[in-house]
Amino acid sequence: MQLSRDKLVEAYRKMATIRAFEERVGAESVKGAIPGFVHLYAGEEAAAVGVCMHLGDKDWIGSTHRGHGHCIAKGCSVEAMMVEIYGKAGGLCGGKGGSMHIADLHMGMLGANGIVGGGPPLAVGAALSAKTLKTGAVSVAFLGDGASNQGTTAEAMNMAVVLKVPAVFVIENNGYGEATAVGYHCGAGDISARTAAFGMPAEKVEDGTDFFAVYEAAGRALRHAREEGMPAAVEIVCARQGGHYTGDPQPYRSKDELEQVKKNDPLVRFRKRVTGEGLVSAADLDQVDREVAALIERAVQKAAAAPLPAVEELTTDVYVSY
Amino acid sequence: MAKKSIRAAVNDALKLEMRRDPTVILIGEDVAGGAGGSGVQDAWGGVLGVTKGLYKEFGPGRVIDTPITESAIIGVAAGAAVSGLRPVAELMFVDFMGVCFDQIFNQAAKFRYMFGGKARTPMVIRSMMGAGFRAAAQHSQSLHALFTHIPGLKVVMPSNAYDAKGLLIQAIRDDDPVIFLEHKAIYDLEDEVPDEAYTIPFGEANILREGDDVTIVAISRMVHVAMDAAKRLAAAGIQATVIDPRTTSPLDEDSILESVEETGHLVVVDEANPRCSFATDVAALVADRAFGALKGPIKLVTAPHSPVPFAPNLEDAYIPNAAKVEAAVRATLAARELATA
Repeated sequence: MQLSRDKLVEAYRKMATIRAFEERVGAESVKGAIPGFVHLYAGEEAAAVGVCMHLGDKDWIGSTHRGHGHCIAKGCSVEAMMVEIYGKAGGLCGGKGGSMHIADLHMGMLGANGIVGGGPPLAVGAALSAKTLKTGAVSVAFLGDGASNQGTTAEAMNMAVVLKVPAVFVIENNGYGEATAVGYHCGAGDISARTAAFGMPAEKVEDGTDFFAVYEAAGRALRHAREEGMPAAVEIVCARQGGHYTGDPQPYRSKDELEQVKKNDPLVRFRKRVTGEGLVSAADLDQVDREVAALIERAVQKAAAAPLPAVEELTTDVYVSY
Repeated sequence: MAKKSIRAAVNDALKLEMRRDPTVILIGEDVAGGAGGSGVQDAWGGVLGVTKGLYKEFGPGRVIDTPITESAIIGVAAGAAVSGLRPVAELMFVDFMGVCFDQIFNQAAKFRYMFGGKARTPMVIRSMMGAGFRAAAQHSQSLHALFTHIPGLKVVMPSNAYDAKGLLIQAIRDDDPVIFLEHKAIYDLEDEVPDEAYTIPFGEANILREGDDVTIVAISRMVHVAMDAAKRLAAAGIQATVIDPRTTSPLDEDSILESVEETGHLVVVDEANPRCSFATDVAALVADRAFGALKGPIKLVTAPHSPVPFAPNLEDAYIPNAAKVEAAVRATLAARELATA
């Protein structure tokens, strides 16, 4: 599946935007500019972008507590996201959601989710809407290796097969549920095999830092969902560059492992491949980097300058009407 | 206008709304019944037959039998609600909400707020509640207080067939998630119910009778217990006002407060356990906002702080009855007589 130059640049821009966004959010968080805590997606960019490059605006995704990457890949406004993470007025959710609850239903983004395993049933619901209303949309449930053990995930997978809906489960196996390694927390050891046992095609991408491997596997799963109207799954083995949350010193990961993660940087790999094959020039990618840096700077400036939500907002938006 | 049972009124409301709005779907365990079996489809129409016949009219695309997976039922309904459908999820017994609380109170209830007012989650969760069926601790509870506590949810508890139909149609048309609790012991109670669709707004109490001596607030099946007590009291010359709030969230605070301002006495009848309950909520409301009007202590008639028992004599003792309500009324009135003696 050969991507056009424009598509390659788009993919790189998305991945670079996620990386720059996350690095800056991490830095601002450490500085104390961002309330609460954040879970960063840096290192997993090939997963979100490799999947979302197949999606259009009317398709749906459900996300996780580590959701910034999914939001950006699906097309949410980077500036409005940053304002939201700062807890300011004008944020994507008016400052009421924050990092773990960014949602943009107009962009088919069903929400990051503070509950591990909270999202898969919701994504199956959006797939049921797509089927019932015949919109032609598909719905992707992003979940982690940790969430793969949740009952809601098992229920959602079985329900998707039983109801015959176009849902795709994307399991980002980054090796850790918080601080507990997948080799310990996943009893069966093989998440994609367990997923396949629900009765859907399930592939495993062994190297999820390879954008192209993810893109192709996700393409097969999404084609199955679109054409057959049935669920499918992809497990993407990937790695967090940082800890579970910003400030996590990660004593549970060895130096060797962290060095290996740095070496397998999905952006570096992407750049090497597309420039090596002469598909996009290094200068063009550098230009993208500069534009991304400017975008993130603008977003941070805007977020820092944005007003706080009015105190009256405390009790609005609880109901449509009450 | 024909006499209809609560069961028929609920069925009627679902049928009319499904005819009116093609985005309304039913989803739950055995809402048709018989899927994949060797016998007939639409075998049950819900475990107590409330949704019987809907599968025949609307088919498997809109009357959707599910596996017994409560979290997925509610999560699918919530995801469908924010993406274009108007699902009515059935959860059989309210006790089973324990299996899927996250999807109710961390997901559906909070979308609108967390997403800064941009989400609409038009879904109804229908479920049966209440004791009296000899079904013991896991099929008999009255858990409305748990849902009433959660901002973002509306909680509806009809006590009669007319209200059941109007409130359910309102619930389906409502753009917020609604918990609709049907008391299983009163499904066969009949009432005059119009054939056409109509709505009853949430947060508007029904005042069943008016009297000057005491205000009795009761909900769901307890409305009938309160009315029985009121009749017995009337025979003794004590006139009670009986208020059925119909919805615990939103709550018609004004009707309760206005009545207590006139009577000076409040008795709340609630089938739920007593701690942090609907009964204590109403009591706190009145103590806070109508304290000066009170001429005697607020009395609460509730189940004890115990699970619902199985043995029939124990279950009967668990459920509030008219004698207990009558005693509570007499107790609060006696306090006034003592004070003025």
